[in-house]
Amino acid sequence: MVGAGGGAGLGGLLENANPLIYQRSGERPVTAGEEDDQVPDSIDDREIFDLIRSINDPEHPLTLEELNVVEQVRVKVNDKESTVAVEFTPTIPHCSMATLIGLSIKVKLIRSLPERFKMDVHITPGTHASEHAVNKQLADKERVAAALENSHLLEVVNQCLSARS
Amino acid sequence: MKDSLVLLARVPAHPDSRCWFLAWNPAGTLLASCGGDRSIRIWGKEGDGWVCKSVLAEGHQRTVRKVAWSPCGNYLASASFDATTCIWKKNKDDFECVTTLEGHENEVKSVAWAPSGSLLATCSRDKSVWVWEVDEEDEYECVSVLNSHTQDVKHVIWHPNQELLASASYDDTVKLYREEEDDWVCFATLEGHESTVWSLSFDPSGQRLASCSDDRTVRIWRQYLPGNEQGVACSGSDPTWKCICTLSGFHSRTVYDVSWCHLTGALATACGDDAIRVFEEDPSSDPQQPSFSLTAHLPQAHSQDVNCVAWNPKEPGLLASCSDDGEMAFWKYQQPESL
Repeated sequence: MVGAGGGAGLGGLLENANPLIYQRSGERPVTAGEEDDQVPDSIDDREIFDLIRSINDPEHPLTLEELNVVEQVRVKVNDKESTVAVEFTPTIPHCSMATLIGLSIKVKLIRSLPERFKMDVHITPGTHASEHAVNKQLADKERVAAALENSHLLEVVNQCLSARS
Repeated sequence: MKDSLVLLARVPAHPDSRCWFLAWNPAGTLLASCGGDRSIRIWGKEGDGWVCKSVLAEGHQRTVRKVAWSPCGNYLASASFDATTCIWKKNKDDFECVTTLEGHENEVKSVAWAPSGSLLATCSRDKSVWVWEVDEEDEYECVSVLNSHTQDVKHVIWHPNQELLASASYDDTVKLYREEEDDWVCFATLEGHESTVWSLSFDPSGQRLASCSDDRTVRIWRQYLPGNEQGVACSGSDPTWKCICTLSGFHSRTVYDVSWCHLTGALATACGDDAIRVFEEDPSSDPQQPSFSLTAHLPQAHSQDVNCVAWNPKEPGLLASCSDDGEMAFWKYQQPESL
């Protein structure tokens, strides 16, 4: 689903060579209720944000949070309805990595959340030239499933999801 | 409405994987399932339960997306993300892969047998629909490559009694094809859906076609022949297919499958909101503008997306369904008395 040859760097030329870098948010304070195993924890926006903020950008040695591609205000969770909606903002409107970034967010959520959740990953409205096409690909579970059976693409996604050394 | 769909059995058909599709054999005695575990399983009823009769695990390298039985019931075709279609020959309980059809550039999404059994259609993410001719020696020859769609082709089905082929696509349209001088041509494009069309089903007569979509609706299309009484315009000798009904407001996510029961006329849907729904045509409604009522709605039919619904071809009201949770389920549908 991501174009062939879309490896990081595009032959050394970065599409957006000097992105704005944003400060990371602090760690989430652990409350007494969360430490108490008797109290059921519901899944909230911050918890989902914590899952995706450390995803690596495919081009820059920075996280999606540091590039402001993901923000906590663009994460919407409804634990009772079992829905998660995430909007992400590509750094430039013609970013060719948008589908790969969206796929990485989607895969991270699929791997982390209980199976009851319905996950929708979209581009922040008005921030990408191919917004509709990218959103449609990310929403098509058949294409996502086929993409994840492609070992090359899976490796690229896994690099985005791996802890930075 | 609550008791109109009763669970008969639940079977972990493709554990730890996704169950993508189900197909009943023409006799209604066997059910084939396929999934993300690259296998095909054949199920038969024993007593009150469903047991796995065979596992066809060797044919494909990737997800098996769909399966289809030949009209004689002796062959099974399987479409896979590995870009091939396998033809399996049945010998009692065993299945042997007799041919592998190659040619599509990438994932094969669907496969369907024509009612004569001598034609097979496949479609792929490569945007094409292929028509294959089968001879008596089990040799398959591609007779046409149709490039009418502009995107991924999701599903193909044949008309129940004519050599007419329909395809559904990521380009939001449905296309219809017929044979013309040794080749196949697209003669109609059905436009109206606002997103990917995932599946199709003809009614028992073949005069109407149901389509379901990512736009969360089901549309019913009706065939109008040249010179029809209703005055629907046709071009040349080709019929026109017109949308005569849209079922909207019922489904809360993508509708992945639609199945029109050829015994009862009930229309079932499989939805990404985990629900199964059944609709029936209001007997008093105008055939040119029919209305359909929701007669069954099971909100949590499965624990994840429902991918497929399939009516048994011989036993009225017996419905099979399968899901991303790897399970398949069997249901007994009873028409509410009020209808």
